[in-house]
Amino acid sequence: MASRVQEEDFDVGAEIGALTRGRTEIGGVAVFIGVVRDFIEDGTEKAPAEIRGMTLEHYPGMTEKMLSRIEEEANSRWPLLGSLIVHRVGRLDPGDNIVLVVCAAAHREDALQACSFLIDWLKTKAPFWKSEQTAQGEKWVKAKESDDALAARWEEG
Amino acid sequence: MKLLYFAWLRTRIGCGEEEIDVPAEVATVADLLRWLEGRGDGYAAALARPDLVRVAVNQEFASAETPVTAGDEVALFPPVTGG
Repeated sequence: MASRVQEEDFDVGAEIGALTRGRTEIGGVAVFIGVVRDFIEDGTEKAPAEIRGMTLEHYPGMTEKMLSRIEEEANSRWPLLGSLIVHRVGRLDPGDNIVLVVCAAAHREDALQACSFLIDWLKTKAPFWKSEQTAQGEKWVKAKESDDALAARWEEG
Repeated sequence: MKLLYFAWLRTRIGCGEEEIDVPAEVATVADLLRWLEGRGDGYAAALARPDLVRVAVNQEFASAETPVTAGDEVALFPPVTGG
């Protein structure tokens, strides 16, 4: 189990290798990579607005705490053999990596579900904020209700 | 009390962090938000939409009833948008 917040890019292959090397009990690895998209759809018929870049801000201290807690929760729900969250902050360009979630398990369903859970909870519980640069200027990204609904799927009770 | 502001709350208030002596009658998050609103136009603008303001006390998500005291770190921010 490990989570990191960093400005630098991450090497997906190297990160997976570090998690799985020599671990022959692992039968499946699920990976989610969030990437900076170059457009925003506003839900209307209008052409999507172009995104020129993005800045990610976070709450140092609380972010790390929340990431660890979310990861602990995933490990308590699924029998994972390894997990990793890497989230970037600072200025990013379209095409740049934002976030990496890796889950390894003996069986694929545990790895896939845990990975899906981790990114859903991260998106609604970890204190990160995106600001997008468009031709119309800089705008803070609004939280989406659809993300809350995805995260709520995993609530217990 | 140490106050932290993030994202558009930071830009509207005009600073990211400040150390403030809050009056003794400020006992909860709700009291604190009400008191902060009266500190100036930037605060009033930042806090105009209470439904879009999230609060953490000592790095834990808090509700309107959560108690606050002088030594606390209280952060105000919009709903999160990472990932």
